[in-house]
Amino acid sequence: MKKLIELENLTKEFNGQVVLKGIHLDIHENEFMTLLGPSGCGKTTTLRIIGGFEEASAGEVLFDGIDISKLPPHKREINTVFQKYALFPHMNVHDNIAFGLKIKKMDKSIIDQKVLKILTLVGLENYGNRHISQLSGGQQQRVAIARALVNEPKVLLLDEPLGALDLKLRKAMQVELKNIQKEVGITFIYVTHDQEEALTMSDTIVVMNDGAIQQIGTPTDIYNEPENRFVAKFIGESNIVEGLFVKDFLVEFDGQQFVCVDKGFDEGQEVDIVLRPEDLDIVEVGQGKIEGVISSILFKGVHYEIMVETSERTYTVHTTDINEIGKKVNLDFWPEDIHVMEKMGTY
Amino acid sequence: MKQFRKLVTPYCLWLFLLTVVPMLLIVFYAFTEKGTAITTFSFTLENFTKFLDPIFVSVLFRSLKLGLLTTGVCFLVGYPIAYMIAKCKDTTQTILILLITIPTWINLLMRTYSWISILSNNGLLNKLFEAIGMNSVNMLYTDFAVIIGMVYNFLPFMILPIHASLTNMDKSLLEASQDLGASPIQTFFKITFRLSLSGVLTGITLVFLPSISAFVIPKMLGGGQYSLIGNFIEQQFITIGNWHFGSAVSLILAVFVIGLMALIFMAEKRTNNSVEEEEGGWLSNAKRKKVR
Amino acid sequence: MRKERKSVRILWIGVCLFFLYFPLIIMAVFSFNDAKSLTHFSGFSFKWYGSLFENTQLLDAVLVSVSIAIIATIVSTILGTITAIALSKSKKIVRTSILQVNNLPIMNPEIVTAIALMLFFSFANIEKGYMTMLLAHIAFCTPYVITNVLPKVKQLDPHLADAAMDLGATPFQTLMKVIIPQIKPGILAGALFAFTMSFDDFIISYFVSGNGVENISIVVYNMTKRLNPSIYALSTIVLVVILFALLIGTFVPYILVKRKGVKMNEEVN
Repeated sequence: MKKLIELENLTKEFNGQVVLKGIHLDIHENEFMTLLGPSGCGKTTTLRIIGGFEEASAGEVLFDGIDISKLPPHKREINTVFQKYALFPHMNVHDNIAFGLKIKKMDKSIIDQKVLKILTLVGLENYGNRHISQLSGGQQQRVAIARALVNEPKVLLLDEPLGALDLKLRKAMQVELKNIQKEVGITFIYVTHDQEEALTMSDTIVVMNDGAIQQIGTPTDIYNEPENRFVAKFIGESNIVEGLFVKDFLVEFDGQQFVCVDKGFDEGQEVDIVLRPEDLDIVEVGQGKIEGVISSILFKGVHYEIMVETSERTYTVHTTDINEIGKKVNLDFWPEDIHVMEKMGTY
Repeated sequence: MKQFRKLVTPYCLWLFLLTVVPMLLIVFYAFTEKGTAITTFSFTLENFTKFLDPIFVSVLFRSLKLGLLTTGVCFLVGYPIAYMIAKCKDTTQTILILLITIPTWINLLMRTYSWISILSNNGLLNKLFEAIGMNSVNMLYTDFAVIIGMVYNFLPFMILPIHASLTNMDKSLLEASQDLGASPIQTFFKITFRLSLSGVLTGITLVFLPSISAFVIPKMLGGGQYSLIGNFIEQQFITIGNWHFGSAVSLILAVFVIGLMALIFMAEKRTNNSVEEEEGGWLSNAKRKKVR
Repeated sequence: MRKERKSVRILWIGVCLFFLYFPLIIMAVFSFNDAKSLTHFSGFSFKWYGSLFENTQLLDAVLVSVSIAIIATIVSTILGTITAIALSKSKKIVRTSILQVNNLPIMNPEIVTAIALMLFFSFANIEKGYMTMLLAHIAFCTPYVITNVLPKVKQLDPHLADAAMDLGATPFQTLMKVIIPQIKPGILAGALFAFTMSFDDFIISYFVSGNGVENISIVVYNMTKRLNPSIYALSTIVLVVILFALLIGTFVPYILVKRKGVKMNEEVN
């Protein structure tokens, strides 16, 4: 796929505080990219720099190979879906969506056609004359998306657009957004702090923290092969264990050596090891790898969340099997369930 | 908490005595004339037919003209200022708004009094004109002086509500407009100005209404014979002593002003129908903004 | 380009502030003038301040203005607060109709209110003087107190009063210990409003007073024809007092809030 946007050494300071520490990122055509991270990690600032609402302190934004860092927002072929939609309260749905087209002085008949088409796309055919205040949150959300998409931008920026919706609607909109993206076939850059949302929709996830990119990868990569402790902790619940990389395909933690599938670290290097709760099995004593006692059981709907206390630490296990508190058990896992990561500062 | 309900009674009585009865008296006087005996009154509509008198028509016309001019000047000067203040940093804004408000806390007559010495024939302004080699201009006791005095006194009431409506505006709406391709100037006219209209309407109300019924400023800066509706009413009561005609003029003025406020209220509701109004609250809100 | 725009902004705001403050500065400067001229500054002196304190007419007017403002503020604040609380508990129809009438003096041109009150006092055969002025001031101040206090009362959690009475407080104790402290900001704002309205009033006082009872505004009005620097001296004193009160009233809470804000930020971080 062709590179559409390149961020080169993007840096941003606010009143002497560094919010972005030299970001490098390539965004491709037709890609659904998510910037994921906790609040204050710099993801929204990155988005606002791409949109032209914020000027970078240093670095470049290349669009189709041309530097657009100094271009004001109204001259960029990029549109934004704002966090709280930012729909104009003095216009109805039709006029909100037609705003950008009217600015471009298009024919009224063409505008009406385009507006109707895009309203159909977001499922609001008959809402053109409605006033903004008469719409529900989900409907306002769709209007905001339609208003941006009708201008046929090459890139759509979305700043936590689902944050204001309730859980059920959010899930439905996730699917819908992904479908819309496939249908219009343009690049979406999506900002969120919700890892589940990111995993569901994205082609590429960029995990950010503290103004720097932690990892770039597909959802499966990010989930299964977190590059560091931060990513592992941020994406889903994890058991993160400090260990030693003995040699290729062999690690040591909790005083035992285990076969794994990782290679390429230095021999004897200190590493962090991730064991996902759903990868751990609770088995009868003597049949597993680590001994422990069940200290608590929480029912979570689909599964049980069980704490197993071992001599070294407490492991979190997700299982559908029924167990009882106080029972002595063993923990079992496969070599491919062990994810070895570079050790870095604790979070 | 229903025990507290009956506490409303004293104020009800008070309102009846000092608001309702006095207003009814105006109506009563407006529709009557003195009878033959001192204590008798008879019904008449003559007080209202007197309005067709060219003298009164010219007074009315003049009041409207000066009111509109004052409001226009206040708007043209005040909007840019409100806009520029809204663009400043937060602390600067607080200080500037305070600076704009302070003069309104000082007695209107005292403030206006100072303009006499500035505008008079051998006043400061004319001295300045002479110093730079210009002829002195007769300014005091002219329309110009009255408008200057009214703009000076009412300008803050235009700036403050407009500034409030500008700062209450959601900044992301302006970003959205630019994002959709509108230049900063297009954004200003299509979004910013439209969304500040409620503030503009409040400002116009707070300037236009006091300026058409103004009475002290035209008297001080416009000279004794200078006649606007306010002065006309005063003359009828104090100098001429025709309480009936004076009451009729007052009644007309009250109906006109209250009717206009109701119209503006409806216009405001239309421009801003997302904002819910408190019962009967808007009109008093408009005036309440004066203090802030 | 940006710099240019900024300087235009500073210039425009500067000119506007100059326009608003120039007359006040002129007033203050010429109050210290040696001569009687209000256009030519011939030397510094305090003589107009001296003559101010010999001018019994002006001093009486100051006394009238201050005493009426204080009494009218106290009465209208108490009356307005009680009414606002009562209104919040009344039936909707009672509340709306009373508020409509209450809005009349606010919406009416001041001169109409003045005429109406004047007609009333002459109709009721009350001799015009200090008492009529005071009654009139209470009448036009109270509506403003109500419009300031009522929203605060409405924001109150209705269960607060229930809770207080549940814990054994009498209605009066509930009022004094629970409701009033909660709506204090509204009451203070209303009282401040009432005070400035009363202190600065001219039109209504002018029409309803008589028998030589004059407040500052009326004296200033009567002196329009004969310029008198003593008025400047008085205005300057009033200006300084107001500025001082504003300084205390605005900046002290502002600084306190700011300090608190900083503290809260620190806690968050």
